[in-house]
Amino acid sequence: MSMDERIAELKARLDAELSRITEGADLENLRVEYLGKKGSVTELLKGLKDLSNEEKKTFGQKVNLLKGEVSDRIDEYKARLAKAELEKELNSAPEFDMSVPADTQRGSYHPITLVQRECERIFKSMGFTVEDYSEIVSEYECFESLNIPKHHPARDMQDTYYLENGQLLKTQTSAAQNRIYSKYKAQLINEGKPIKAIFPGRCFRNESTDATHENTFFQMEGVMVGKDINISNLIFFMKTMLSEVFQRDIKVRLRPGFFPFVEPGFELDINCLICGGVGCPSCNRSGWLELCPCGMIHPRVLEEGGIDPEEYTGYAFGLGLTRLAMMKYGIKDIRDLNSGNLKALDQFTDGEE
Amino acid sequence: MFLSMNWISDFVDLSGLDKKELISRFSLSTAEVENEIFFKGEDLSGVVVAEIKSVEPHPDSHKLHLLKVDAGDGKLTDVVCGAPNVRVGMKTAFAKVGAKLGDLEITPRDLAGFTSYGMCCSEKEIGISDNHEGIMDITDDFACGTDIKDAYEVDDIIFEVDNKSLTNRPDLWGHYGIAREFAAISGRELKPIETFDLAPFASLEKVDMKIENPLCYRYSCLKFENISKNVSPVNMRIRLYYCGMRAINLLADLTNYLMLEMGQPMHAFDSRKVEKIRIKTFDKPFVFKTLDGVERNIDENTLMICNDNTPVAIAGIMGGLDSEIVEDTSTLTLESATFDAVSVRKSTVRLAHRTDASMRYEKCLDPELTVKAIERFVKLLKDIDPGVKIVSALTDEYAFRYDTITVNIDKNYIDRYTGIDISSDRIEQTLKSLGFGVTRNGDAFSVVVPSWRATKDVSMKADLVEEVTRIYGYDNFDIHTAKAPLYPVREFVTKTTEDKVKDLLVKRYSLHEVHSYVWAYYDEYKELGIDVEENVKIKDSSNVNIETIRRNIAPTQFCQVKYNFQYASDFGIFEVGRVVQGLKSDGLCDEKKLLCVTLFSKTKTTEALYYELRDILAVLVGDIKQENISFKKKEATHSYQHTKNLNSVFAGNVEIGEIGVAHPCVVKAIDKKASIVYAEIDMEKFSGVEYKGIHYTAPGKFPEMTVDLSFVSKSFAPIAEAVKKAGSELVKKVSVADIYDDGDNRSITVRLVFAHPDRTLTREEVTEVTDKVVDLLSKEGIALKN
Repeated sequence: MSMDERIAELKARLDAELSRITEGADLENLRVEYLGKKGSVTELLKGLKDLSNEEKKTFGQKVNLLKGEVSDRIDEYKARLAKAELEKELNSAPEFDMSVPADTQRGSYHPITLVQRECERIFKSMGFTVEDYSEIVSEYECFESLNIPKHHPARDMQDTYYLENGQLLKTQTSAAQNRIYSKYKAQLINEGKPIKAIFPGRCFRNESTDATHENTFFQMEGVMVGKDINISNLIFFMKTMLSEVFQRDIKVRLRPGFFPFVEPGFELDINCLICGGVGCPSCNRSGWLELCPCGMIHPRVLEEGGIDPEEYTGYAFGLGLTRLAMMKYGIKDIRDLNSGNLKALDQFTDGEE
Repeated sequence: MFLSMNWISDFVDLSGLDKKELISRFSLSTAEVENEIFFKGEDLSGVVVAEIKSVEPHPDSHKLHLLKVDAGDGKLTDVVCGAPNVRVGMKTAFAKVGAKLGDLEITPRDLAGFTSYGMCCSEKEIGISDNHEGIMDITDDFACGTDIKDAYEVDDIIFEVDNKSLTNRPDLWGHYGIAREFAAISGRELKPIETFDLAPFASLEKVDMKIENPLCYRYSCLKFENISKNVSPVNMRIRLYYCGMRAINLLADLTNYLMLEMGQPMHAFDSRKVEKIRIKTFDKPFVFKTLDGVERNIDENTLMICNDNTPVAIAGIMGGLDSEIVEDTSTLTLESATFDAVSVRKSTVRLAHRTDASMRYEKCLDPELTVKAIERFVKLLKDIDPGVKIVSALTDEYAFRYDTITVNIDKNYIDRYTGIDISSDRIEQTLKSLGFGVTRNGDAFSVVVPSWRATKDVSMKADLVEEVTRIYGYDNFDIHTAKAPLYPVREFVTKTTEDKVKDLLVKRYSLHEVHSYVWAYYDEYKELGIDVEENVKIKDSSNVNIETIRRNIAPTQFCQVKYNFQYASDFGIFEVGRVVQGLKSDGLCDEKKLLCVTLFSKTKTTEALYYELRDILAVLVGDIKQENISFKKKEATHSYQHTKNLNSVFAGNVEIGEIGVAHPCVVKAIDKKASIVYAEIDMEKFSGVEYKGIHYTAPGKFPEMTVDLSFVSKSFAPIAEAVKKAGSELVKKVSVADIYDDGDNRSITVRLVFAHPDRTLTREEVTEVTDKVVDLLSKEGIALKN
């Protein structure tokens, strides 16, 4: 057999053997079989020694070419094998059952927290500070400093939880007003910084509970005091804030309302969110919903806080966070809020839009 | 309170104005009007005055009569009528064929064999009273065929004002005050109220009357006799009925009418029973029977009207049964008085009896009203019953007078308050229309507050701003944002800490935020074997479940866990809430804001659950404060705590709270197989922990070497101690890789990570350290495990 024939035969044999191989290890054995020290290609090289110099040169080149070719063929086949294996792995992977419902178990915030945070975000964006305040206060804070005289019905035992030590559970977030004026009055007077604060908090009224009445509920009070803060500003801020809360343009309407700590005092109505103002059972067919009391801070309340009412004016409002949460989420029974019933509460996984 | 548009129109001409629109403006400018407005008489037509000309019995019915009726149309109409009071010559309200009474349309109708061409109506059927005993008996002289609406004020617009919105307006508890508001709103003139001049009787003898207690501000009275009429005119009865009162008899109706008209409560006594009127309190409590027949306990603070020493009425609240007007009363004493508002309110609360009169007195009535109301009463009475005779001089003691209030204000002040420009002319005109006395000097005003607004309502500039702006209309305000300097707003660390805590617990650990009450749930605690601990209490509570303020939140949360124990096999709840931990040295409540977390599991061991909670706390402290957490054993002091495994929690070196296990009694009462652990963190202390900040170290360039060593040890503490003692700077991290407990022995695998900042470590230098650790531990009897 001539060298050329032997080379051709070897190539044919390699092709035949490669086609039979399915495992990577066999392929490496084959590589040794052809290219190893005792391999077929090496054997061919060994046969060179019997040839003439001229032939040695020619065949030497051919065998070296063959060596490269064999190595490439094996690599190429190896790559093919690897690809096939990967394909096999991909194809054999199981299909997951997406018909099984996702596990959506998450923690939850209390709905009041969600509504409160939303209000806080809105007021913070307008430069209001968020104040925290105790739940147990003095009669002075809750009543006297707010121009609620000694014999006012609001101070009755029937409405207020008095404690044995003379303090009481605050009946309204307004109880923080005096403390807030004291805290910020120096900045107002010396640096001209207007007081802009909101103070969300829990309030208590001594009444029996049912679906719409609670003895423990949340309010959020807000005040703004400065030079020339006026009724027009009050209406503007209420309208802006409520439009933000409800994410739409809210119409507001002010009616006279009597609260000892504001003068003038107002009841603020908004156009009914359910019917848009044309009248429906939710708004008693009036098209309006009474939402929050507000007003210009009573001069005596400012005075009690150490602020001269001749020089400064301000407005205050009290928003019922509990009521707002009930409206926003359609909660019909107020008692669900303090029940700790997770079937009710676990739905409030997140609030912000 | 119901209000009649007809009545209001007695005092202000509102003709040509849209009444519904006016009422809605009243609601926006004065006081809240209930949504439903009643258009009385709207659904009534075709009812006329008719005379019964003949009455024949019905052949087949005891009840029915066959009538011939003259309805003014030149013929007699056949009517079958079932009313018991039919008689020949009687005039009544007759609904002709085609008439409408609400949904009922009158058609010829067969009744027991006879056709009735119309219907005689009761007062109830035409809607002017609730009298349905018989057909209306018209005694006034109207021609047959006169439409009933022309004869009487059947048509009216009635609206209701929310009493609460009148709390501060004593002047609005009668139609005259309301009419004043309508006059101001509409720009029409308010008419003076017509009265009877009592001056000519000044020479008559006065009533023997004396105020003996300053709680009576003014007492006016008058005696009269010779009353011949007992029934009030129809129109008066209609007004009373439309405004929610029942007609009784002329005198009672007149006092009620006056109260609804002027807001002044009045009372008529039988003069025989009140010969010597004294207004006073008694030293000792006693029982008194009011005219509703109820015996009431009167105490020494309740002001009484007396006949010398015999009480005859509770001042401002209700008259007594014994002094009531009876059939043979011939002489009456009419009382019109003003009492201290707080005193009346307190008596009302004590007696648990609120009346139309006390409701008005509580609002601080204007004492100027008393005499005027008597003069008005006499005027109305004389119009109805001209023969009435006045038999005493007007007797009046005016013991307490409110000061006249004058307020100086200028346009500038009002502009600053409103933020809009309301002209001086408008200011003047508005105040005058509401009865204020105004002296104007350019843009400056000196304003005298009228007596009916001066008892508590209006006393300062801000009050006048309200008067001007409410009539101007808030709907007419131009609204704009505030002009105020801008400054950065600081967020408080207490607030941000709380927000972060909630976010981590909800978002990372899937816990549920709950709310609860601030008092101890006595009954529920009892079921769980938890003591209600001594603490500040709500005064005079009648409910043990709303009495003692809680000292901790954990017990509340155990109650909530119990409520939810079927909710899921594993869940966790938390609350940031308040407690009171006794009183401080100044006697004030030591109020604390706590975070309480409770984990419940039916699938995990208490130990595993405890570690889970420990890890949560470590992440809270680590994340929010960049601080290390540590624990220190502490003794149980509360009935809900397990005595074991109670630890103080430290952030850095600040003690911020505790972590513990629920007492077995609590667990058993909920689910004996469950694990329950809790932690309480003082939010103020936690917020106060200094934020350590992130201190960046560049990652090492050389590879780390990790070595795991397993020791047979009950605790990790000696191992950590030994590593520390070995004192190598090469140890970068020590952690527990595994804990294995076969019941008898516990082995802990620690993982030590070694690194050098400047070079690759050799095996030898690492082994040197690990050998030292193993050696140190073996000396303490802790063996390396193979």
